[in-house]
Amino acid sequence: MRGASQAKWVVAAVAVALAATACGSGSSSGGSSDSAVNAQGVFSYQSAEPQNPLQPANAMENQGGRIVKQLFMGLVDYDPTSGALRNQVADKIETTDAKNYTVTLKSGWTFHDGTPVTAKSFVDSWNWSANTKNNQINSDWFSDIAGYDAVHPEKGDPTADAMSGLKVVDDTHFTIELTGPVSYFQYKLGYSAFFPLPTGFFADPAGYGQKPVGNGPYKFVSWEHNKAITLAAYDKYAGTDKPKNGGIVFKNYSSGEAAYKDLTSDTLDVLDQVDPTDLASYKTDLGNRAVDQAQGAIQNISFALYQGDWAGVDKAKVRQGLSMAIDRDTITKTVLNGSRQPADSWVAPGVMGYKAGACGDACKFDPAKAKELIQAGGGVPNNKITIIYNSDGGHKEWVDAVCNSIRQSTGVECLGDPKPDFKTSRDIIRKKAVPSMMRTGWVQDYPLNANFLRDVYGTGASANDAGYSSPEFDKLAQAADQATSVEKTADLYQQAEAVLAKDMPAIPLWYYKTNSGWSNNVQNVKFDSFGNPVFTGVEVKQK
Amino acid sequence: MGRFVARRLLQMIPVFLGTVTLIFLMVRALPGDAVSAMWGDKAPDPAQLAAFKHRLGLDKTLVEQYFDYMRKLFMGDFGETMSGRKVLDVITEAMPVTIRLALMAFAIEILLGVTIGLFSGLRRGKAFDKGTLVLTLLLISIPVPVLGFVFQTVFATNLGWVTPTVQDSMNLGQLLLPAFVLGSLSLAYVARLTRTSIVENVRSDYMRTAVAKGLPKRRVIGTHLLRNSLIPVVTFLGTDLGALMGGAIVTEGIFNVKGVGNALYHAINLKEGGTVSGFVVVLVLVYLAASLIVDLLYAVLDPRIRYA
Repeated sequence: MRGASQAKWVVAAVAVALAATACGSGSSSGGSSDSAVNAQGVFSYQSAEPQNPLQPANAMENQGGRIVKQLFMGLVDYDPTSGALRNQVADKIETTDAKNYTVTLKSGWTFHDGTPVTAKSFVDSWNWSANTKNNQINSDWFSDIAGYDAVHPEKGDPTADAMSGLKVVDDTHFTIELTGPVSYFQYKLGYSAFFPLPTGFFADPAGYGQKPVGNGPYKFVSWEHNKAITLAAYDKYAGTDKPKNGGIVFKNYSSGEAAYKDLTSDTLDVLDQVDPTDLASYKTDLGNRAVDQAQGAIQNISFALYQGDWAGVDKAKVRQGLSMAIDRDTITKTVLNGSRQPADSWVAPGVMGYKAGACGDACKFDPAKAKELIQAGGGVPNNKITIIYNSDGGHKEWVDAVCNSIRQSTGVECLGDPKPDFKTSRDIIRKKAVPSMMRTGWVQDYPLNANFLRDVYGTGASANDAGYSSPEFDKLAQAADQATSVEKTADLYQQAEAVLAKDMPAIPLWYYKTNSGWSNNVQNVKFDSFGNPVFTGVEVKQK
Repeated sequence: MGRFVARRLLQMIPVFLGTVTLIFLMVRALPGDAVSAMWGDKAPDPAQLAAFKHRLGLDKTLVEQYFDYMRKLFMGDFGETMSGRKVLDVITEAMPVTIRLALMAFAIEILLGVTIGLFSGLRRGKAFDKGTLVLTLLLISIPVPVLGFVFQTVFATNLGWVTPTVQDSMNLGQLLLPAFVLGSLSLAYVARLTRTSIVENVRSDYMRTAVAKGLPKRRVIGTHLLRNSLIPVVTFLGTDLGALMGGAIVTEGIFNVKGVGNALYHAINLKEGGTVSGFVVVLVLVYLAASLIVDLLYAVLDPRIRYA
């Protein structure tokens, strides 16, 4: 036993060396040893109990979200390797003015209960999900659609059951009218809130939330609460990527360490994320089964621009100076064990419209220049900043490191200000009661730069924690939204990003990475930019 | 005896009400808004936020919420989790697992603890006694998480006898390892308590009498010595059962056992007040029952202790 496994290590080490010399892309699948594949094989994935019932518009957090994404398929989805938009249930989505859309569906799609997926399945689903009464956490995703106010008024009960902007033409056609042009509306349509629902759902939404019936590559088998959720491949799946395995068991783990231990003993097949304790050693432990790739998510620290002393025109220089005082390379390598990639823009790489170096010199470590800029901008208010963060998310180490870096390079007093948990820190941030700085982050909803810019830095945007408001940025964002093509949108948003470089409402720190791995039982495990494995592509080895 | 039991049961009522009230207030006093935290980094949609709070009854005043909660509790309704599951369902899923784990740990600590304590007490100052002192000192000084990780590494990773975590939380064989980790600290205490008690009693008058009467050794030790020496041990064991049930959080986390600790940790993380208080209510009941049994056992062990 011992000898055999040691021999395997040698093979693994050689494979790593070969992979490293052959291509430095970091996306090597590692499936170099192609064993016989059991197409009916089931594999397990590290998961946790979903926070909400498994309804498409109720899946905001990751645990339920990734399961819903396997059970359902929308009009479009994103290619896991390139992030590009591709049609799934939709045959085509046409528009001339970015405001009125005509959707044509492919035929042949069925729900797992055998009923066909029609135009009505989408329209009914969206109307139900947008309705305030139905308590769907993602209900505001429909706010672009005309008539949203009637089903989701700001206060009080809804006055209608359906949005006027949605019209079923026939089984395979429906039209969408938006309140204004949104050039990248199609990109949003890949989000789980826009999935279709079968007719049976509306009679018993709670029951279907426990036993979902979808139209995706996998059908629901069982949900043992707090233990596991089991899915099986759906043999009549009509989408582009048919499952290469028999099913998935989403196994519930309360700690990352436990999951990692199970992975190394081949009791668990695919890991969600390596826990911080094992980050330093997981590449040697797993060899060519280790994953280290960029994710569509960014970590920032934002300024409380609503505090008077940060509002002055010259203070932008101070903010740039503080950004230059942070040694991103060293911190990501040492404190974060290489689990992050230094940021050079406000948009994560791999996202359409990402522009390398958009942050310019401000994201390069230069203590001398940092000091100069801070002085030119009139100095940091009271020569002291605090960074509010939640101490339950493993942020303490890097916040302290960032503060050290700022203190050493500029002499500005910098302190981490830990709050007991995420909820508490979010409360303070939402109430706009942050004294100077706060930790903020953004995980993509869809891989387009608009999602990282419009939703975070637009005036009054839902995630605009800094309270940033720039007429110039808003004007460019609006123009981008009304552009005629997604390419043009991405382009105009890059111009809007240039405004951020000038104003520096938030300091981009680094992009998240997927640090994961898989067991000896599976192969061909690839991860997308959401940090999820391509579940349908996983191959289970023959035993 | 009957009057004593009745009085003890009556005493339980204020204790029960007090703890439930306290935990209700404590959970609500935690900072942060659980409902708006469901939106993560995004700002919650005000209309939807209000609808959620209304469904969960969180738009009422604290006093109203309290009386609602208490009224429902007495009708056996523990309320709902934020995701709309019945709290009672969550409890009945997790309880059997933890009861198994705790009883196994309990059995291990009684069997091993009392046996080791008895033998080292009888062989005071000998090698076995010294060995026991060192061993128990070691167990007391190693924190539970360390012991858990060491066991995991040795028995799962190195020896490959078991899987690192428990795959089926209802499987007694798989629960053995976490049960030993969970019971190890108390095991050391039980062994030391028993030893001290034995050492004290072995030189008492009734022991000399028993030996002088020529009773067989088994009877001297079993009926006379052990029975009298177990009183402090039983006191400790009674409170320990409650502690085992509630204190399994760390052990259950390390071995991924789907019990009370796990569910409670999850609920505290999500700040699901209803679920947390639900579990605490059940744990309080367990604790009260255990301490009642301890008091009754005194009379069985030592008839001199009478209840008026």
